Amino acid sequence: MFVSLNWLKNYVDIDGISPEELAEKITKTGIEVEGIEYLAAQSTNVVVGYVKSCEKHPNADKLNLCQVDVGEEELQIICGAPNIAQGQKVAVAKPGAVLPGNFKIKKAKLRGVESNGMICSMQELGIEEKFVPKEVADGIFVFPEDAEVGASAIELLNLDDAILELGLTPNRSDALSMLGVAYEVAAILDKPVQIPDETVAAVEEKASDYVSVKVEDAELNPYYGAFVIKDIKVGPAPLWMRNYLIAAGIRPINNVVDITNYVLLEYGQPLHAFDYDQFGSKEIVVRRAKQAETMVTLDDQERTLKTDHLVITNGEVPTALAGVMGGANSEVSNETTTVLLEAAYFSPVAVRTASKDHGLRSESSTRFEKGVDPDRVKRAGFRAAQLLSKYANGTILADVVEFDQLDKTEAQVEIQTSNINARLGTEINDEQIADILRKLNFNYDQDGENFTVHVPTRRQDITIFEDMIEEVARIYGYDNLPFTLPQGASQAGGLTEQQLLKRTIKNYFEGAGLMEAITYSLTTKDRATMLVSPEIKAEAVTPVALSMPMSEEHSTLRLSILPEMLSSLSYNLARKQVNLGYYEVGTVFVSNQETVTEQPNEKLRASGALTGEWVTNPWQQEKKMADFFVVKGILEGLFDKLNVTVEFKQAKIDGMHPGRTAQLFIGEQPIGFVGQVHPKLQKDNDLKDTYVFDLDLDYIFDIHENEPSFAKIPRFPSVSRDIALVVDESLRAGEVQTTIENAGGALVKEVQVFDVYQGEHLPEGKKSIAFNILYLDPERTLKDEEVEESYQAILAAVEEAHQAELRG
Amino acid sequence: MKERLQELQTEALAKVEEASSLQELQDIRVAYLGKKGPITEVLRGMGKLSKEERPVIGDLANKVREAIATELDAKKANLEAVELEKKLEEEQIDVTLPGRPVQVGGPHLLTSIVEEIEDLFISMGFEVREGPEVETDYYNFEALNLPKGHPARDMQDSFYITEELLLRTHTSPVQARTMGEYKGSQPVKMICPGKVYRRDTDDATHSHQFTQVEGLYVDKDVRMSDLKGVLNRFAKQFFGEEREIRLRPSFFPFTEPSVEMDISCKVCHGKGCSVCKGTGWIEILGGGMVHPRVLEMAGYDPNVYSGFAFGMGPERIAMLKYGVDDIRHFYTNDVRFLKQYHKA
Repeated sequence: MFVSLNWLKNYVDIDGISPEELAEKITKTGIEVEGIEYLAAQSTNVVVGYVKSCEKHPNADKLNLCQVDVGEEELQIICGAPNIAQGQKVAVAKPGAVLPGNFKIKKAKLRGVESNGMICSMQELGIEEKFVPKEVADGIFVFPEDAEVGASAIELLNLDDAILELGLTPNRSDALSMLGVAYEVAAILDKPVQIPDETVAAVEEKASDYVSVKVEDAELNPYYGAFVIKDIKVGPAPLWMRNYLIAAGIRPINNVVDITNYVLLEYGQPLHAFDYDQFGSKEIVVRRAKQAETMVTLDDQERTLKTDHLVITNGEVPTALAGVMGGANSEVSNETTTVLLEAAYFSPVAVRTASKDHGLRSESSTRFEKGVDPDRVKRAGFRAAQLLSKYANGTILADVVEFDQLDKTEAQVEIQTSNINARLGTEINDEQIADILRKLNFNYDQDGENFTVHVPTRRQDITIFEDMIEEVARIYGYDNLPFTLPQGASQAGGLTEQQLLKRTIKNYFEGAGLMEAITYSLTTKDRATMLVSPEIKAEAVTPVALSMPMSEEHSTLRLSILPEMLSSLSYNLARKQVNLGYYEVGTVFVSNQETVTEQPNEKLRASGALTGEWVTNPWQQEKKMADFFVVKGILEGLFDKLNVTVEFKQAKIDGMHPGRTAQLFIGEQPIGFVGQVHPKLQKDNDLKDTYVFDLDLDYIFDIHENEPSFAKIPRFPSVSRDIALVVDESLRAGEVQTTIENAGGALVKEVQVFDVYQGEHLPEGKKSIAFNILYLDPERTLKDEEVEESYQAILAAVEEAHQAELRG
Repeated sequence: MKERLQELQTEALAKVEEASSLQELQDIRVAYLGKKGPITEVLRGMGKLSKEERPVIGDLANKVREAIATELDAKKANLEAVELEKKLEEEQIDVTLPGRPVQVGGPHLLTSIVEEIEDLFISMGFEVREGPEVETDYYNFEALNLPKGHPARDMQDSFYITEELLLRTHTSPVQARTMGEYKGSQPVKMICPGKVYRRDTDDATHSHQFTQVEGLYVDKDVRMSDLKGVLNRFAKQFFGEEREIRLRPSFFPFTEPSVEMDISCKVCHGKGCSVCKGTGWIEILGGGMVHPRVLEMAGYDPNVYSGFAFGMGPERIAMLKYGVDDIRHFYTNDVRFLKQYHKA
């Protein structure tokens, strides 16, 4: 809502307050002023001039040589506007004037002839093109004849105005009108509100002889009032009215349309003017549209209607889409002589549906959607009729033809001073409450600290005690509320075990060298099902998709964090950032339904991706590319920290390198995977070798035991033995290790691979794996014989299980 | 013989004194203390001595040996230390060469901010709650006093999955869920951080996915001045002691009265500058007293319980605090952006 302060002055006294001060007060009281615009902040020295003569420029076809009387003097000015003519009153920027854009007017010679100033268009005076009336859009602005020569054109065009831009929250639709804003400002400044003149002088002839009103759906249209005004002369509206409309962001058209718009802005009540002679009948019927019924609206668009839409008809065809837009068939034109003026209350739902379905949002529909003030509907009609009589030569016929089932009762809200103080933490007294209600222009009955507030119908947002608390608080001033801390019993705040564990895991990854990434949950349909861990895939029947995505790019909820993480890698690689290590902890969305009707299971995953060099130490010739074992090492460190035993099993997973991928298990439970992205997928994403992991954190949280029990620090020495075995090259080290651990007995504390060799001195198809075996008994020193016994048992076991031979 | 021994001692000690290498010392040791050395020779001639003289001379000879040996050892240690020092000096490295780099990762800026907010409210007795990102229409809207057809639903155009399921548009449903869990019988004091989603086209100031942290406190006799006090403490701890707050009336369907909180501009301290667009204040969060309908629907009697709620956007806070100029930076994971905020 744009509020012209010059206009506002007609309803409430704001003299002596700067626009900035007023804006600050309004903002602090509840309506945010988002900006202040000074229409002609930089324009000076522009006056009304009378064009005494206008002749062709001797040396230029398109220029005119004008003698202009500007009051104290007469100026010779050259003007190129096509609409310049002798006898006009025009806006003259005198030499020394400054126009918007810091454009300085100086004496000049144009094609050899002196020009002492400039005759201005509205655009040149700083008015936006879209608000300039069409008839003067291509030329200079022409004042009405009664404009005083030498007077300030800036003032006459209301360019000395300041416009406040209000950012209205949905509850404050009362401020979608000048009167509503006036009530707000009056409450803030403690001033009275001046109500506009609504009196009309009607002739004896009755409107009911011209038209009847029938409403078929009183719920959607509880009030319809028809005014008839005849003898209309369509022409321009008075300058001041046009100025106010421009300030409010509406382009002036003609007096009839401008008056309905003016009253719309003044009262917040949309009105519609039909050309009575084009209406097509003497009967107004308001009804729901028929399914697939069509009509052509004012913008010349054919609209196909639904039964949810409310239409005004002449008994046969629609003449307006109620509250949204009039019909082309009954539009007011320059030939209109009798106006049928509609002042109605259309239900917010009906208007919202129609405006949404047709993509038509107008000054009118936005007000109906929020609910207009029932008390002002008919009053606005009278106000407009009065203005039509005054500024469009109208003759108002007696009576309003109306249908009226509108509820105009005021809401009553009970408040008590003590309850208000209890809720606000204040010590306001009864007199202060009464004073606040008076400032708000709310009627009330008082009995000690008990008030019954009669909420005016303009404030549809106030219905309960809490609404009144806000009214009291904001007029009292939020700034005046004290600062207190809650009095309730204090409790210890804190993170849950799982929240703490999540932080631990994140810190671990960061310590291990990974950067935290945050990617989008919404991805493409394809990517949603890419790189999905087997245990998720087993459960997810369909990926969860949006019913109306804004783009395919963000249409489906992810089943894996990895695809979007790969996109982040590509993004960086394209920017020459090539050594990367990410992790992300986030949710994936798993639905086990064919057609999703229930909330999906949201599973917490930890994923990561590494590419490029992991260790870079050039001058010592040390360089390590990120590879499977770098990632595995990071994971093993995590599992060690979390004290869980995780098994890595060779696996094939869609999108992953078939030879370099492991699935992870805790016991029988699959908890994710690790490995290299399939080279084809790497290529599709413009990636180099990329290694990823994906872990089920929910399961890890479930089995995690928080308090490790104390294990004694061993006092006796351990014994270490190495064993190098020659085995088939296809045999996995993990399998041999398991055999060793099982065969070695209770004294084996740790088995570790320390060498893998293949090549010279070994038979074709064989490799050697060397293990270090650590023996320990925490209670005593080990005897050589028992270590030897275990060692022999291991040898026998690996020979039997894997045909392994001791490497000579 | 006595004289001879004393002579030998003086002579040997002088040589030890002069020696400048370990080899020389070794030579002196062999020459004087060896089996063929002069002291042994003296001892061999002891047979010619009287019974009384023998032990005296023997004792003296041992003392001389000892004296020489002690000096030799001392001198040896001395020479060794000098030689070691000399050798170590030759092992000098260039300490200005770069060290072996250690990979250091770090948290995302949003996480740092969210955790800082969490920790601040935890210190004021709040717990941290989480909830689903795919919500039911009931918890996302209806339980928050936004019935179907409510005009304020316009404010948060949403990503629907079905008519009843959508990506949550705020973390407020977690408040409704938590109150529901506590069944209207005990105080609730919680914050809920999380991802939220709205139908916005991504640009410098809009993101279809973003982060929110909301807070809720419901108890008997909670006052609006408590909201002001708690938010004030938060603002001063998070943004700095010198910052002031102000509350302005606003509107949210789930609070009444509703507030918007500004903090004084850190550049101009309230005077007005380009950072705060001349107002002296910067909008930080919204909140208010929990609407009685919301309490009622969650099973809390609004005549007994009251409460406050507030919500803020970590992206916006990060943009204000660090001058981040484009909200998309939070989701492209450009390492040149991420790394800037890894420093302590």
